[in-house]
Amino acid sequence: MISILKKRSDIILLLVFAAVVASGPVLFQPIGAGYPDLLQKFAIFGIFAIGFNILFGLTGYLSFGHAAFLGVGSYTAVWTFKLLSMNPIPALILAVIAGGLFSLLIGWVSMRRSGIYFSILTLAFAQMSYNLAYSVLTPITNGETGLQLAQSDPRVLDVAFGRDYGAVLPTPDLFGINLSGYPGYYFCGALLIVCFYISIRIFRSPFGMMLRAVKSNQNRMNYTGLNTRPYALAAFVISGMFAGLAGGLLAVTDPLAGAERMQWTASGEIVLMTILGGSGTLLGPVIGAGVIKYFENIFSAFNENILLNMFSFFPEPLQHAAAWVAGLFVGEGWHLTLGALFMIIVIFLPGGLMEGAHKIINLFRRKTDSDGPQKSADSAPAPAE
Amino acid sequence: MTDFKVNRRGLMKGAAAVGVGLSAPQFFVSGANAYTNEPTGGSVTLGFNVPQTRAYADEGADELRAYELAVEHLNGGGDGGMLNTFSSKALTGNGVLGKKVEYVTGDTQTLSDAARASAKRMIEKDGAVMITGGSSSGVAIAVQGLCQDAGVIFMAGLTHSNDTTGKDKRANGFRHFFNTEMTGAALAPVLKNAFGEDRRVYHLTSDYTWGWSQEGSIQKYTEPFGWETAAAVRTPVGAGDFSQYITPVLNSGADVLVLNHYGKDMVNSLPQAVQFGLRDKQVNGKNFEIVVPLFSRLMAQGAGDAIKGIFGSTNWNWSLQDEGSKAFVKSFGQKYGIPPSQAAHTCYCQTILYADAAERAGTFRPSELGKALEDFSFDGLGNGPTDYRGSDHQCFKDVLVVKGKEEPASQHDLLEVVEVTPRAQVEYPADLLGGELGPYNDGA
Repeated sequence: MISILKKRSDIILLLVFAAVVASGPVLFQPIGAGYPDLLQKFAIFGIFAIGFNILFGLTGYLSFGHAAFLGVGSYTAVWTFKLLSMNPIPALILAVIAGGLFSLLIGWVSMRRSGIYFSILTLAFAQMSYNLAYSVLTPITNGETGLQLAQSDPRVLDVAFGRDYGAVLPTPDLFGINLSGYPGYYFCGALLIVCFYISIRIFRSPFGMMLRAVKSNQNRMNYTGLNTRPYALAAFVISGMFAGLAGGLLAVTDPLAGAERMQWTASGEIVLMTILGGSGTLLGPVIGAGVIKYFENIFSAFNENILLNMFSFFPEPLQHAAAWVAGLFVGEGWHLTLGALFMIIVIFLPGGLMEGAHKIINLFRRKTDSDGPQKSADSAPAPAE
Repeated sequence: MTDFKVNRRGLMKGAAAVGVGLSAPQFFVSGANAYTNEPTGGSVTLGFNVPQTRAYADEGADELRAYELAVEHLNGGGDGGMLNTFSSKALTGNGVLGKKVEYVTGDTQTLSDAARASAKRMIEKDGAVMITGGSSSGVAIAVQGLCQDAGVIFMAGLTHSNDTTGKDKRANGFRHFFNTEMTGAALAPVLKNAFGEDRRVYHLTSDYTWGWSQEGSIQKYTEPFGWETAAAVRTPVGAGDFSQYITPVLNSGADVLVLNHYGKDMVNSLPQAVQFGLRDKQVNGKNFEIVVPLFSRLMAQGAGDAIKGIFGSTNWNWSLQDEGSKAFVKSFGQKYGIPPSQAAHTCYCQTILYADAAERAGTFRPSELGKALEDFSFDGLGNGPTDYRGSDHQCFKDVLVVKGKEEPASQHDLLEVVEVTPRAQVEYPADLLGGELGPYNDGA
């Protein structure tokens, strides 16, 4: 009985999720986020966070180097555009493969340790990859300037199929549909839904159960004679493939790959996204990714003029004072707002935004439903590590 | 596992979701736009995309001041600044083409990704019809490519790499600032006179397009008279501490150090080099010398006493005594209480030049506006007679070779102009630097 309920709630969850993705441009318009570039970022980093959550949320292995896989995916995709074709499909397939292989390599070494040592190892590998991309491998990555397309690229497959872009610099297109703007968003959104579905399947599978067991007590698992490392490594590689896909999509929507995508701050960002939203929950990481990208793009764009307009109902001196105070938290100071929000959430809602959502839902449920508290204990997500 | 049976409820939900999804894009396709972000109301929006954080933040802050001043002047506020001295009189202080000029700002963080995200927001959300800004050539090139794809004009701010209007040039991109090729051509003769021939040079170079370009140009113009490169070491942008890079210079046998650094990088590396005693050293029987090819007053201020006697080149300096420069310094000083930097100057000029071209072309359409800028000759913007070359969208004007003042009269009066290198000496054929402009893109 319970399992059937679970299934139906999953289907509803997936359908609601798909509906939200599909109506994104309308839904996010009122908060100023309904423009293609930010929506694309929501979808792409949503995929990245879903993948990271499969590792961190389920096995508890905290990787501080996931940005490296994102960067590898981006570089692979841009090189595919340059050498093979502007069609995103080969680029994405190769990006996922590259992300997977690279994570297998790093995971194979790092997974020999757990806890903080694992985190430090992944961090070290990611910084190494960043420095390689930044200066050592400049012929491949073009360093700080970033890898870009050129008119003179070979594009072997496009040439073979007689596709000619003329004198203009080509942009990625899916059989004639240009993938910038809203079509690009729907392309990313469709993949986000697919990834979300895969994530649900993993969460509900015996494999997912095994990963949760790794998180709860790995030693006990080992004492029962079960080798847990292949499971954890598989989770690491899967999340690396998600990251590769996200990196590839970044290149599809904007064909440029820069080394800063691999920096440790980018790795930290994905950890923040997951914890902010609620690690170990299905929806949490996607929401966390959205919140952080929203702050980064919208709050950082507020300038003094906008603030003065906002406070125009105040008398003149008060208006300037209010604008000055608010100015500390927006524009260049958007990190401050994000930091404060993060602290509040970690202190009061260790389960992230999803815990907050559950609390609110339960508040209403308790009034109408007598067995509410029991359910809430059941559905509350595990606190973040 | 999860069993996706089609039931009536699910089907209806799915159909509703698909319906919303299909109708959503149509929502936003607003008629048939003649070109991207054609301004239809009583105002026109410009996008100012500058670094507000990290290594080039000082330049970015000054650029933003200049943009705000330019907008004020375009809308008829203030004293009009260089609009009064500008040789073209198309602008009347009544906005541009009768539309009030408004602006949006963004932080590039001196990162290509962040800069492109910020520029995309301006184009897609705020409806900016032109993007301008820079302070890093890597970012400028990345944003220029984006503007080409999106079909808006990009007016480059402070970007000094050859590639911006060379290898990576685009039809929709225009640059007023000079480049490393011109710096090399202007600086080399002065260096030869000051330090003599047969020198061994150690390069410390910012590891990105501008640094590579700067290093190459200095080598190209100094090698003919016997300066040879002892070593060329790449340093990451925003390194903060350069001591690990400077120590090897002491024992390298080099007698000249060229710091291909800009912004806070130079503010950190030059004082460290001086503290390490490089300038008091004698190598190969010659005084050890330091050169900073691209100099700015803001950097000089940051580097303090270390800049005294250091040679470099600059696009413009506030101490110039022509009418345009005086008018600009006056109105900038009145508004902000400090003299403008070269970054502020070039950004102000670019905004005015864009507005003027729109006025003369009678439209903001990139292809027609661009044509109005191509091979446009003007004067009165502080650099003397200047040409916007049509074949690579690069401005040609005199280049200033400057030196850190030994006896500064005030905290802003830090650079003395050693030589004004005439335009003819720094000009080069357009095909020298490679690249292709391609056609204009008007976008949707």
